[in-house]
Amino acid sequence: MSHPLDVRSPRPLREGLRFPAPRVHGRAGVSFKPEHFAAIMEGRPFGGFFEVHAENYMGAGGPPHRMLTRLRETYPLSVHGVCLSIGGEGPLDPLHLARFAVLVERYEPALVSEHLAWSSHGDVFYNDLLPLPYTHKTLARVCDHIDAVQNAIGRTLLLENPSTYVRFGASQFSETEFLRAIVARTGCGLLLDVNNAFVSAANHGYDVSTYLSDFPLSAVGEIHLAGHRAQVDALGASVLIDSHDCAVLDAVWTLYAGIIAKAGPIPTLIEWDSALPAFEGLAREAAAAQRLLDSVAEDIAGVPHDAA
Amino acid sequence: MRRDTHPLTDDHSFAGAFAAGLLAPDMAVPDVILAASAARYAVYRNNITVSLIEALAATFPATKRIVGDDFFRAMARTHIRACPPRSPLLFHYGSAFAAFIDTYPPASGMPWLADVARIERAWLYAYHAAEAGTLSAQDFARVDPARLGDIVLTPHPAARVLSSAYPAVSIFSANRKDEPVGRIAAREGEDALITRPGADVIVRLLPPGGAIFLRTLMDGEDLATAAGAALASQNSFDLALNLAGLIETGAFSTLAFGSPSDDARQHDDA
Repeated sequence: MSHPLDVRSPRPLREGLRFPAPRVHGRAGVSFKPEHFAAIMEGRPFGGFFEVHAENYMGAGGPPHRMLTRLRETYPLSVHGVCLSIGGEGPLDPLHLARFAVLVERYEPALVSEHLAWSSHGDVFYNDLLPLPYTHKTLARVCDHIDAVQNAIGRTLLLENPSTYVRFGASQFSETEFLRAIVARTGCGLLLDVNNAFVSAANHGYDVSTYLSDFPLSAVGEIHLAGHRAQVDALGASVLIDSHDCAVLDAVWTLYAGIIAKAGPIPTLIEWDSALPAFEGLAREAAAAQRLLDSVAEDIAGVPHDAA
Repeated sequence: MRRDTHPLTDDHSFAGAFAAGLLAPDMAVPDVILAASAARYAVYRNNITVSLIEALAATFPATKRIVGDDFFRAMARTHIRACPPRSPLLFHYGSAFAAFIDTYPPASGMPWLADVARIERAWLYAYHAAEAGTLSAQDFARVDPARLGDIVLTPHPAARVLSSAYPAVSIFSANRKDEPVGRIAAREGEDALITRPGADVIVRLLPPGGAIFLRTLMDGEDLATAAGAALASQNSFDLALNLAGLIETGAFSTLAFGSPSDDARQHDDA
């Protein structure tokens, strides 16, 4: 399916940029954690981009904004929302959406993304990315919410495929059918989280390669890679947890290499959210992704691998 | 699978059914979930509870250090189930935690614990507060001494004053760092100023009368009124010392004349 917007080249930003033009095509980035700020500023320049969770920068001021401003003066940024609750049943929280739009306006990120998931219901915020059944009704609601977000930020949103642990009898679409329909209706792009695809496929017993070959790669504007862990559920069955607390697993690297060989050097982020290594550890993971991205870019440019 | 009756809510929507048991461990798995994956509902329950416990642990590290990991996790879990977050901004979460600690029976032997938590909550409030300038000694030096009593001050957005009947500031300070905690000699009640004059949050023990002095100023009263209120409550109140502290901590952002009718601003960072 061809996509109406080329989400890989961010649309031109308005006049009067305050920050360097955000170039992320073909680059590998990492999650930004305040613990790493000093190492990033004092260490060797990092060649990639940084991604932040939007909600951590929605306070009025203080160190979070001071750090993010300094980071953005040097590096391209990706703003990753985790709490808009796009898959939620109720309307989007207009106050929260306004905060999200202000952040995007203020930091001029190269990429803006959110999740196919929900985190709030009624007046409670659950602080997790919760799953939804894929039905005609939820499709309409998710599309309305994405329209509202894209109107608020004035640019393309990338929607991330979730990692899930349960499935619903009510579902009428497969996840990839559902994502395709969202892209077709809203013109949004997608954030393909390869680790999420791997985790969900393992948890629900389907083939991840089939899932990925059904995934609308032409709409993908960013890729996420992360670590996961195996646990045992209450019935003694293995369950993979999308834990973001360790290195990317080999099986996920292999899938990733196959995806970018097909789809080209899509900006790729190493996500690491807890049990953080030193910044060098994160940068090493990004360097591994960068090597794969570079090899793909060379292939596309017609340069043989071994000439590099 | 047993039919879920949602005893805590009359919300029979999909999300209502899914959410009802997330913070209620004794509830059955919602029947909207396919039986084959029902055992995995526990993953969401666990993710949510653990992530919120960790959010509280990150906001209240001294409180956690005082009571230990197991005690803190049990206390936080009880609070989370009774009072889950209402905002997607987790740095706002925990505003009711100190009041909860006051009523949590296992903590009744530590009556100062809630006040330590109040200081920690104010610390995070200050961390995220808006940027603003701070008054300098020069700003005060420019004021005609005859009119000093008439000035009114705008508090820095980060500034908060807390009063404790216990030595909560000493206990907070000793437990907010990694070094071993020695014997805390303080026995009297303590007042704290929490603010962020620049990049870093500071927590200061206030001298006698300092809390009422700062609170009166924060309420918009002029300097003479604030000094009078402080002196009335503490006859050892030292105006020069408290003014120096107010300047040194950067607790106030702007200075103006509140009376008689002259509201010309001497200093405005807006």
